[in-house]
Amino acid sequence: MVELAVNILDAAPRNEPAPAALKAESRNLNFHYGGFHALKNITLPVFDHSITALIGPSGCGKSTFLRCFNRMHDLYPGNRYQGEIVLHPDNVNILDPQVDPIEVRMRISMVFQKPNPFPKSIFENVAYGLKVRGITRRDQVAAKVEQALRGAALWNEVKDRLNDLASNLSGGQQQRLCIARALAIDPELILFDEPTSALDPIATASIEELMLELKEQVAILIVTHNMQQAARVSDHTAFLYMGEVIEFNETKKLFTMPDKKQTEDYITGRFG
Amino acid sequence: MTPAPTHDLRQLIARHRLWEQAFTILGLLALLIGLLVLLGLFLQLAVTGAPRLTPEFFTAFPSRLAEKAGILSAWVGSLLVMLVTACTAIPLGVAAGVYLEEYAPKNWLTAIIEINVMNLAGVPSIIYGLLALGLFVYQFGFGQSILSAGLTLALLILPIVIVATREALRAVPGSIREAAYALGATRWQMVSQHVVPYSAGGVMTGVIIGLSRAIGETAPIITIGALTFIAFLPTPPVTGEFPFLSFQWLKDPFTVLPIQMFNWTSRPEEAFQLNAAAAGVVLLVMTLTMNAVAIWLRYRIRRTIKW
Amino acid sequence: MTNEADANAPPTPGHRLVRRRGRQLRERFIEVLLFLAAASSVAITFAIVFILVKEALPLFREVSLLDFLTDRQWTPLFDDAHFGIMTLIAGTATTTAVALLVAIPMGTVIAIYLSEFASHRLRETVKPILELLGAVPTVVFGYFALLVVTPLLQTLYPALPGFNMLSAGLVMGIMIIPYVGSVSEDAMRAVPMHLREGSYAMGATRLQTAVRVVMPAAFSGVAAAWILGISRAVGETMIVAIAAGMQPNFTVNPLEPAATISAFIVQVCLGDLPHDSLGYKTIFAAGLTLMLFTLLFNILGYWLRKRFREIY
Ligand SMILES: Nc1ncnc2c1ncn2[C@@H]1O[C@H](COP(=O)(O)OP(=O)(O)OP(=O)(O)O)[C@@H](O)[C@H]1O
Ligand SMILES: [Mg+2]
Repeated sequence: MVELAVNILDAAPRNEPAPAALKAESRNLNFHYGGFHALKNITLPVFDHSITALIGPSGCGKSTFLRCFNRMHDLYPGNRYQGEIVLHPDNVNILDPQVDPIEVRMRISMVFQKPNPFPKSIFENVAYGLKVRGITRRDQVAAKVEQALRGAALWNEVKDRLNDLASNLSGGQQQRLCIARALAIDPELILFDEPTSALDPIATASIEELMLELKEQVAILIVTHNMQQAARVSDHTAFLYMGEVIEFNETKKLFTMPDKKQTEDYITGRFG
Repeated sequence: MTPAPTHDLRQLIARHRLWEQAFTILGLLALLIGLLVLLGLFLQLAVTGAPRLTPEFFTAFPSRLAEKAGILSAWVGSLLVMLVTACTAIPLGVAAGVYLEEYAPKNWLTAIIEINVMNLAGVPSIIYGLLALGLFVYQFGFGQSILSAGLTLALLILPIVIVATREALRAVPGSIREAAYALGATRWQMVSQHVVPYSAGGVMTGVIIGLSRAIGETAPIITIGALTFIAFLPTPPVTGEFPFLSFQWLKDPFTVLPIQMFNWTSRPEEAFQLNAAAAGVVLLVMTLTMNAVAIWLRYRIRRTIKW
Repeated sequence: MTNEADANAPPTPGHRLVRRRGRQLRERFIEVLLFLAAASSVAITFAIVFILVKEALPLFREVSLLDFLTDRQWTPLFDDAHFGIMTLIAGTATTTAVALLVAIPMGTVIAIYLSEFASHRLRETVKPILELLGAVPTVVFGYFALLVVTPLLQTLYPALPGFNMLSAGLVMGIMIIPYVGSVSEDAMRAVPMHLREGSYAMGATRLQTAVRVVMPAAFSGVAAAWILGISRAVGETMIVAIAAGMQPNFTVNPLEPAATISAFIVQVCLGDLPHDSLGYKTIFAAGLTLMLFTLLFNILGYWLRKRFREIY
């Protein structure tokens, strides 16, 4: 698997989706936690059918940026957005107060750093988003759940115990369950916040593989601390530092020939 | 993947939002109803009782004439019973809390004691009354006295004091204990000179809450057979002659505020019910004040102590 | 000191060592003292059980356990004495049921509202008030039940007797609301935020999140709050003694007066109570029954809370 990823990076003519279509873009995005200015003038595209990675030192605002995309910050008082995140093809600014955050979240789903399955059965976990969407026909739900579990490469492991509690799964399985949960509602964009930081290398590899498959269908925005991971899976990478985008480029370029000194320091520091 | 038609989605969300709003209103309503009903009841009590809350009410004995009746013997009785309760429950409860938190080894005996304390906290007060009737009144021969009542209520609030003490001790960080040990303190020195003084505020909170519970308890006092018509005061604890202190009062019959209120409430004459309301106001003011102090104390500890 | 001067002598216990032994002795003594204090709580439990059983047993020499459990009358102080505890249990069950019908829905809705909907400020204001309300003496609630709520209910339904279980139950329910609300709210607050975020991220509303994620996650904690509420209602004495009447009455109709187990004990104790009288024995038998019920609910509540703590 690791080799495979390296190959993808090294393969000279990558079978990139021709001139990639934009799925979303942030324009001059500023974000404040109360008095703290966490994101400064972020302008960044997210391409469809591709993986965009966010890297940067801890506390630079990666999670903050990611959570703007599904309006997670609306849950807590005192948070303030300025600027736009435009979702294509609708061409609407999803940060607009007129836009319903719930609608946004139904179209853009998220996988968290720590697996957070609900204290329910495996089946119910995956079906949750469908229920929320008002889909209740049993056969329809069952079919969707299976499809999502297959999509998350978990079906074979759990198909005989769909009614088990999700908490009985291993950490890697739980995270794939959370991915299945996010897939079940047919999102247009999936946000991953360090999805593999709590997992061992094998589980990590399977989730990376999964992301590469998923990008055929959806756009993916991923935060990662793991430089190799960003290099292995992403098509584009943005380097954030102190709430600003320092550099954004195709992953291959950014990792081989960074324009900025800071980027180089950061990635070489990690590579040793 | 084809996104669901946005129109349908919006309708769905609108429906969900409607439910959400309905619940928000329901929740607020439940809260308001709960609080307002109680507020209304308290106001009714205050308005009914207010005319009787004259200085004479506090300095008069109960009487067969409602207008002349007062709560002198009741509040003096409550005070003395609380004295006995505090003197028993505080040392016993704090010592038990200190043992469980600072000394107890992790074994089955400790586990039993812990479960037992939890269980005691859930025993209805009337059961403590029966215990006191069988044990203090008859077995030990304390009779229907201040001593019996005080001890009963002490047992009743013991779990509260123990649990509060443990919580307060737990809030003292381990580094403080290590610091004391490092200076050569024995365990008891560490506990008595550091941990307990540092957690005194939290212990106080529990003690106040416990005492406020005890002061309002009626059922166990009825059970030990406290008379309800007491038109005299217990023997004064301080006497004019040597040895100047007397413990005769411990053996005296008595009445307490909640008993007095119960007695008046059960009378059919409306005039006595006014007295009941007035006694209720006094009782309510006392317990609520004590609790407010305790809550405030805890809030202040949380604010000011940052380990 | 002399010992130390003699360098060749083998170390003998000098006075420094002796002093240390003294200190150890004192430490040990204190520990034993503290242990006794802690163990006294176990002694209390034993004393309760012992006294209840000892004083109640003589009754069962006169009354068979079968009669005690199946007789439909409770008239221990009459010439034609009957000892059917079911009569008192029926009263207890009725008032408890009325109280829970008020307290559990109201308390739970309030808890959900405070935990998931209310602003931080509202929550921080209301929680101490709930706590404060939990401290109101029950005799005050008894006054409310008899002298405020019953007259109020009588204006709606004039046939209602002056003593009735409905008004006692309702007021008991109001009394338990803060308790159930506060404890359930604690359980819901303890549900980690990342579970809620998982739900919100799927496009769930607050209500959906509260009902489908937070409630199931906090369920054993919330259920423990309910159980503790039941246990309080079962053991509550003054409200029912004052407002439900103290006459045993085999009925589950809340519109009628009836005695609960606890109210019966109060009624007997209000009269003259010689040590060896039949009345004296019956109150301990009644108390033993009450104790068994609350023990049951306490164990259930304890088990639920323990399970709840294990989830996270
Ligand atoms: N709720 C909050 N309130 C105030 N400041 C916050 C809050 N959450 C995050 N911050 C601050 O915002 C900045 C960015 O945080 P963020 O969580 O986005 O960092 P990150 O890049 O994801 O870091 P990590 O890699 O450690 O997850 C940090 O300085 C953090 O302290
Ligand atoms: Mg982060």
